[in-house]
Amino acid sequence: MKARLVVVGNGMAGMRAVEELLKLAPEKYDITVFGNEPHPNYNRILLSPVLTGEKQFREIVLNDDAWYAEHGITLHKGREVTGIDRKSRKVVAKDGTIAAYDRLLLATGSNPFLLPVPGKDLPGVIGFRDFADVETMLTTAKQYRHAVVIGGGLLGLEAANGLMKQGMKVTVVHLPDVLMERQLDAPAAKMLKKSLEDRGLEFVLKGVTKEIIGKNRVQGVVLADGRELTADLVVMAVGIRPNIELARKAGLYCERGVVVSDTMQTYDPAIYAVGECVQHRGQTYGLVAPLFEQAKVCANHLAHFGIARYEGSLTSTKLKVTGIDLFSAGDFTGNDQTEEILLQDAGAGVYKKVVLKDNRIQGAVMYGDTMDGAWYFQLMRDGTDVSGMREKLLFGQAHLGDSGHGDIKLRVASMADSTEICGCNGVCKGAIVTAITGKKLFTLDEVRSHTKASSSCGSCTGLVEALLASTLGGDYSTTPKKKPMCPCTEHAHDDVRLAIRNQTLKTMPALFKALEWKTPDGCNKCRPALNFYLLVAWPGEYVDDNQSRFINERVHANIQKDGTYSVIPRIWGGETTPSELRSLAEIAEKYNVPTVHITGGQRIDFLGIPKETLPAIWGDLSEAGFVSGHAYGKAMRTVKTCVGKNWCRFGTQDSTTMGIDLEKMTWGTWTPHKFKLAVSGCPRNCAEATIKDFGVVCVDSGYELHIGGNGGVKVRATDFLCAVKTPDEVLEYCAAFLQVYREEAHYLERTAPWVERIGLAYIKQRVVEDAAGRKELAGRFRLSQKFAQVDPWAARAKGADKHEYIPLKRVG
Amino acid sequence: MSAVKMKTQSDWIEIGTLDDIPRQGARVVKRFDGDIAVFRTLDDSVFALRDKCPHKGGPLSQGIVHGNKVACPLHDWKINLDTGIAVEPDEGCAARFPVRLEGGKVFLSLTPEDGCPQGTA
Repeated sequence: MKARLVVVGNGMAGMRAVEELLKLAPEKYDITVFGNEPHPNYNRILLSPVLTGEKQFREIVLNDDAWYAEHGITLHKGREVTGIDRKSRKVVAKDGTIAAYDRLLLATGSNPFLLPVPGKDLPGVIGFRDFADVETMLTTAKQYRHAVVIGGGLLGLEAANGLMKQGMKVTVVHLPDVLMERQLDAPAAKMLKKSLEDRGLEFVLKGVTKEIIGKNRVQGVVLADGRELTADLVVMAVGIRPNIELARKAGLYCERGVVVSDTMQTYDPAIYAVGECVQHRGQTYGLVAPLFEQAKVCANHLAHFGIARYEGSLTSTKLKVTGIDLFSAGDFTGNDQTEEILLQDAGAGVYKKVVLKDNRIQGAVMYGDTMDGAWYFQLMRDGTDVSGMREKLLFGQAHLGDSGHGDIKLRVASMADSTEICGCNGVCKGAIVTAITGKKLFTLDEVRSHTKASSSCGSCTGLVEALLASTLGGDYSTTPKKKPMCPCTEHAHDDVRLAIRNQTLKTMPALFKALEWKTPDGCNKCRPALNFYLLVAWPGEYVDDNQSRFINERVHANIQKDGTYSVIPRIWGGETTPSELRSLAEIAEKYNVPTVHITGGQRIDFLGIPKETLPAIWGDLSEAGFVSGHAYGKAMRTVKTCVGKNWCRFGTQDSTTMGIDLEKMTWGTWTPHKFKLAVSGCPRNCAEATIKDFGVVCVDSGYELHIGGNGGVKVRATDFLCAVKTPDEVLEYCAAFLQVYREEAHYLERTAPWVERIGLAYIKQRVVEDAAGRKELAGRFRLSQKFAQVDPWAARAKGADKHEYIPLKRVG
Repeated sequence: MSAVKMKTQSDWIEIGTLDDIPRQGARVVKRFDGDIAVFRTLDDSVFALRDKCPHKGGPLSQGIVHGNKVACPLHDWKINLDTGIAVEPDEGCAARFPVRLEGGKVFLSLTPEDGCPQGTA
């Protein structure tokens, strides 16, 4: 017998909870949904484009009637639930329909607040909440001329703009003297007002509504100062109040909203609540992202998984108000304890402000150019110390290092549909927009899985997010603060690393059990990460799990598009000898290597080697004195050098020997992502040390150490770490830096995003300022090398892991 | 039009033992007309698919095996081992081959199951 779930409310939050529940436990409940409105679930945020005429109502429906039928959900449209009998566990609708429940989900949303002024009940005075309101506005616009919108917040401005597009003469009356004061500061609001006035809207700021007058329908609005505004339609957009009447009548504890716990339960444990009707930890929410987070947690508990908690949401608002981009997050006003950095170009219609306290972002407000909103929000959530990037902060993320797409900030909304957004997967703007609207996508992850855009290298993520915001016409779901490692778990990377140490988890099965993994053996995302984390935590003890390594690392060569492999032997510091070259040439000829290529890492690459040939070719390379170049792994790759003092007239130190020594110390180590070094003999930097994870620039007085540089898709120049005097110090600082990276970064996080995430100040403290700590880190690195610095090719040439290289059987 | 082939005794061959296949891994049976990947999951079940990803022909045998799925090493498409069908929203399939375990020995049929139109080549 299935349990019965009754949902009161057919809006976005409630139906998202049902969708999430169906993903987790589709057979658990017989579901019945009651909705006041005579419609299936639709996207309320997109009522604005329906009002302006840009969209039709059917285009904004999220779950049509067929969807409910397909999932066996009984939908009672246009039936208002008027009572809940908690003792006998039943709900009763106005028309007498009764539904019994084992679990009840309240998702009654909110009601528009109607100013308690005389005349508020006259025909022609409405809120802006549902499709019925939009229909009234559209009909009225055809017959009448003047509209007054009371309330100059987001909703009021959208209503005003829509009515204006439908041909009405609109005046907006707003109590404060700053428009959208919840999201904007005074200068940004001023720019917004000017822009809207240029379009034909009129504003009365500091306007107090006294009375609405009219005979059989509304005819005017009278303000406290005596002014009278002609009005054939009055839209009240002065705020929303959680719709808690039903809950209160049923005896559930309510304050401003229905009070719920972190598991979205009300004081009656059989009754859950999500959405705008809810009050959680004193907060109510009116933006969609927090509501979707609540829905996910609620579904988790309804499915009896019992492991999710809603801890409240830190919200950012990225909006398109009447076609203008706005972004706001956190405390953007500041006080005498904070400071602000401002960029304003009124002529270009750009205003950006970041509020800082102790070098950490507290809030931001942006008008006109919001491309970096998500980045500021991330920095704010992570509490990153931004002192290292202060001068460039307001110019945006692309200016920290040159972005792979150049530093053009494109206005995605004005791009042609054929513009390629994702270079790795060849996805154009049109395809992404079609997927968002056609498949009702709301989040970055959904866009990734449906279109592949931003799912490979990720450098177009900012553009894809901008497309989401502009297509959805309002806010969209930002990812929660602590992102789970993968779909197998709710735990984030840092939590898992901590648990491995605290709970002494030394094998993957032990970890899966202790952390209640949702799958029996993980997935292709978490297993390689866990394998690495366990390896770093227990050097010499943890048994490396080959089956949890990506193919390249498993077979110690790079797979190519046709299933053959590339072989790159190590050439220390990029310096070789005639006899080495001769050996390589002979081996290449012996095996008929189709292509010999010189790599960016100053090595030689044999391409086109069949898998079965690998052990043999390695045997020959091994005999000639070569070891694996690890060009295929999340490992230390190369140390590039220039010729330095030995030959070059500008060389200040022996960069080549320094590079060789670094390579001899670090080869063989596994890292969160590929790790590249270089040593340049002077500041001319011929070895390009300043785009390396660890780069050394020799100077007359010693060695400058640089960290966190990346070439490739998103170029980032290094941060200067410090200067040291001796080669031994270079080795010690490098080992320490490598070890912090290995112990603390997330798997697949290159040093560049890692340094930006945790801040240069932290790394300086661990590696430069704390001398004793540095020595300990270096010591731990050397210990791990005792077990890791083993040539994988030699072992396999002698027959180890034979099964990887030969087929099980040959037939016919 | 496909001729219905009787799965005669001669279509089944012994390819090795269960232990020849790494757990959560695969081995390859090489054939002139296309390799077959033989998988072993965590619970010692065996599956066999054409060793060719429906996306761009990548070698499924080289992917990471998790649950009853494998992730293609080239572009990360996930393929269900029991059906050969790609995990949504990707679309496509790799042909399935009957495979069974008998007394620790693995037997494979060289005639693919029906149901994967592009997967027989």
